[in-house]
Amino acid sequence: MEQLESFRKEVKTWLEENCPPSMRSGSEADANSVTDEVWGGRNAVYKNPDSKIWLDKMGAKGWTMPTVPKEYGGGGLSREETKVLNEELFAIGAKQALLSFGIWMLAPALLEYANEEQKRLHIPRIIKGEIRWCQGYSEPGSGSDLASLSTKAEDMGDHYLVNGQKVWTSYADKADWIFALVRTGPQEPKHSGISFLLIDMATEGVSTKPITLISGKSPFCETFFDNVKVPKENLVGEENAGWTIAKALLQHERNFISNFGLAGVSAAGGGGNDVVSLAKKHFGEENGKIANSIFRSDVTTHKMKEHAFGLTLKRAGDEGGKASAVASMFKYYGTEHNKKRHEMMIAAMGSHGIAWDGDEFDEDEKNLTKAWLRTKGNSIEGGTSEVQLNVISKRVLGLPS
Amino acid sequence: MKLILNEEQQMLRDSAKDFAEQKTPVSHFRGLRDNKDPLNWDKEIWKEMVDLGWSGILIPEEFGGSDFGLAGISVIMQEVGKTLTPSPLFATAVLGASAITSFGTQDQKSKYLPLIASGEITTAIAVDEESHHAPANTITKAELVNDKWILNGKKKFVVDGASADVLIILARTSGAKGENTGLTLFILDANAKGVEVIKTDMADCRNYANIVLNNVAVDKTAILGDQESGGEAVDKILDEGRIALASEMLGNSEAAFEMTINYLKERKQFGVHIGTFQALQHRAAEMFCEIELTKSAVMAAMQGADENNNDLQRMASLAKSIAGETLYLVSNESVQMHGGIGVTDEYDIGFFMKRARVAEVIFGGANFHQERYANLSNF
Repeated sequence: MEQLESFRKEVKTWLEENCPPSMRSGSEADANSVTDEVWGGRNAVYKNPDSKIWLDKMGAKGWTMPTVPKEYGGGGLSREETKVLNEELFAIGAKQALLSFGIWMLAPALLEYANEEQKRLHIPRIIKGEIRWCQGYSEPGSGSDLASLSTKAEDMGDHYLVNGQKVWTSYADKADWIFALVRTGPQEPKHSGISFLLIDMATEGVSTKPITLISGKSPFCETFFDNVKVPKENLVGEENAGWTIAKALLQHERNFISNFGLAGVSAAGGGGNDVVSLAKKHFGEENGKIANSIFRSDVTTHKMKEHAFGLTLKRAGDEGGKASAVASMFKYYGTEHNKKRHEMMIAAMGSHGIAWDGDEFDEDEKNLTKAWLRTKGNSIEGGTSEVQLNVISKRVLGLPS
Repeated sequence: MKLILNEEQQMLRDSAKDFAEQKTPVSHFRGLRDNKDPLNWDKEIWKEMVDLGWSGILIPEEFGGSDFGLAGISVIMQEVGKTLTPSPLFATAVLGASAITSFGTQDQKSKYLPLIASGEITTAIAVDEESHHAPANTITKAELVNDKWILNGKKKFVVDGASADVLIILARTSGAKGENTGLTLFILDANAKGVEVIKTDMADCRNYANIVLNNVAVDKTAILGDQESGGEAVDKILDEGRIALASEMLGNSEAAFEMTINYLKERKQFGVHIGTFQALQHRAAEMFCEIELTKSAVMAAMQGADENNNDLQRMASLAKSIAGETLYLVSNESVQMHGGIGVTDEYDIGFFMKRARVAEVIFGGANFHQERYANLSNF
C-alpha cells in the first residue's frame, strides 16, 4: 500500500510537469485549442503541437501500454499501479495520448505469439506511436466466413510473394504497416492453411483505395497486394497456424467495439446529451414530462435496458476476468443497443435529426446524422451480430452444430 | 457497491440450491397441485425452511432473526424460484418481516417478530382493491369510534391471504380515492371478528385470498407505523418485496431457460437435434442476454437496498420490470420451443408460464414500474 501511495505521488508530480494544459479536457487551454485525435505513425498529423509533446512523453515512459514489460518499451507496471495511473490521468482529465490498433489489437497478440526479435522490433514502435498499424482480415469474398480468405502468400525461399485483396481495412490509407491473414497452405483444410503476416505498406505492390460509407465518411479502405515481397522473418508464429492468432486478436477487437459509442451508458443509468433531453427539446414538455406519451414510453423501456446493460458491464468487471464468449454478448448487445439509441435520438429530433449539410443546422445535428449511420457498421464489423449469437449459442449454451 | 455476492450470501445461495433440488423439485409443487392441497404449501417443508433460519433473515438478532438483509433472502427466493417452490417465504419472511421491522413499535416487534422467526405465525399484506396494483386507490375505510378503529372494505389478490395468521391492512383514514396521503397500515389477527377470508384460485395454484372487512374493530395499538403515513410505508415494504420477487422471477426464468436448452439438445427432428437450427439458436442466445441483464438489475437492487442507497424505488422498479419482461419472453419461448409437449399438463414447462403471469401482476406489472421509473427519472 505504502509503495502504491508513493507511486501515486510520483505519477501526480510527473503528470503535473509533463501533461500540457491543452491535453487536459475541460481546461482553459483545452477550450482554446483544436480538438485532435492522435494516431501516430510515419505521417502523423498533429493539429495541436501539444499533442505531439504529450505522445512523446507518454511513449517514452511506456505509459501508452502501462502493463507491457519494459524490455518491450512498455511501462512495466503492475495491475495495481496501472489502476493508479489511470485514476490520476482521469483526475486531471488527460486526453488519450495515442489511439492505435497496434495497442488495442496487435501488441497483445504479439506478446502472446511473436518471437523475441519481433516483440523487440515492433512493440516499442507501437507504444511510442512511431508506426501506425492497420488490420488486413476481411476480403471481398470473405466477410463473416473469414477463414475462407484467399489472399495468397507463396513460399519463394527467402520471402513470401503476396497477391490478393483485403477490404474494410480501417485507415489503411494512413497506416504504415498491416497485419494480415494470408493463405500459405492452399491444400490444407481452410482453417489450417492460414498464416499471420506483418507487411510494411511501403513495399512495392501495396496500394489502397478509400471506401465511401453511407455516412459520407471513409474510415475504411480496400487494400491491394500485387506481387508484394515479404521477408520470411515477418511471419508471426508457425506457418499455417495463423488462425489461432487471428481468433485471439478478434477477441481484443470485440472487447474494443462493445465499448464503442457507449459513452453515457453507465451503471447509474444516466447520460448527458441523451435521448431524454433531445425529446424534451423537440417534442416539448408537459408538466416536466416528454410531451409525446408514446415516445416517452419507448424512451423509458430503452433507458431501462440501458441501465441494466450498464449494470451488467459493471457486474462483469466486479466478477473479474470473463470468458471470451461473454465478450460476444457485450459486442452483440452493446452494438445493437447503440444502434437503437441513435435511432431514438434522431427520431426525437424530427426534421433536425436527419440534417446533412448547410447553415440551417448546427454542427451537433449534422454530426448526429453521420454518427447514426456509422452505428450501422458496428453490428457488422468485428463479427456481425448474427455471428455473435452463433458464438453464444455454441460456446456458452453448448448447442450442437 | 460491488455487484457480486459476499461470502455469507454465497453460502445462503448454496444451501437454498441444495434444499430446492433435494426437498422441493418441481414435482413437489405438482404434488400439492394434484392433491388440491387446501394450503397450497407444505407445513413440513416450511418448518424445514424455518429451521434453516430463512424466516428470520430480515429480522434483527434481538428478535430471534439473523439480519442477513434483503440480498440474503433474495438469493434464497431465486433458488426456490427455480423449482417453483411454494411457501410463506415471500408474504411472511419478506413482506411481514420487513413491515414490522421497519415500522413496528417496540411492542409490535416483540409481539410478532419472534413468532415469525420461529415459524409460529405467517402473515399477509392486503393492499389492492382493484384489478391493477394501485395503493392510492384504497377506499377500505378506517374510522375512529369510541377509541376503536373500525375497518370496512374489501381487499383483493392478497398473497398467502388464505393461510395467514396475521394480516397487515392498508386502509384510508382520511382523504379520497387516488390520494397517496391519508392512508394507514393496521396489523390484526386474521380471525378477528368481522374478517372474512375468501380463498381465490389463481393460474399458478398458490395461496391467495380476497378479504372482506365488515366492521372489524381494533385497538389504537393496531396501527403499524405512523397514522396517515401508510402510503409511504407500504411503498418501502413493497419495494423490498418487489426486489425479492424479481429475484424469484429471475430464478423462474433461469430454470425454464435451462429446461429449454436441455430439450433443444436432446429432441430430434428431421434426423438432427433441433438445437442445431439457427432459428432456435439465435432466440436462445437472445434470452441468455436478457437473463444476464436481469441478474445485474436484481443484484444491484438488492445490494443497494442493503446499503441503504437512496435510489430504492427506481431500482426496485427496474428490477421488477426487467425481471417481468424477461420472464414473459422466456416463459413464452420455452413453451414454443418445447413444441407439442410444451402445452401438455404432464410437462413442467407450462407451470413456469402460469407462475410468470401471476408474479407479473403482483405489486405492479412492467407497465406500472416503467411509468414509475420514468416519473422518478424525470423522463
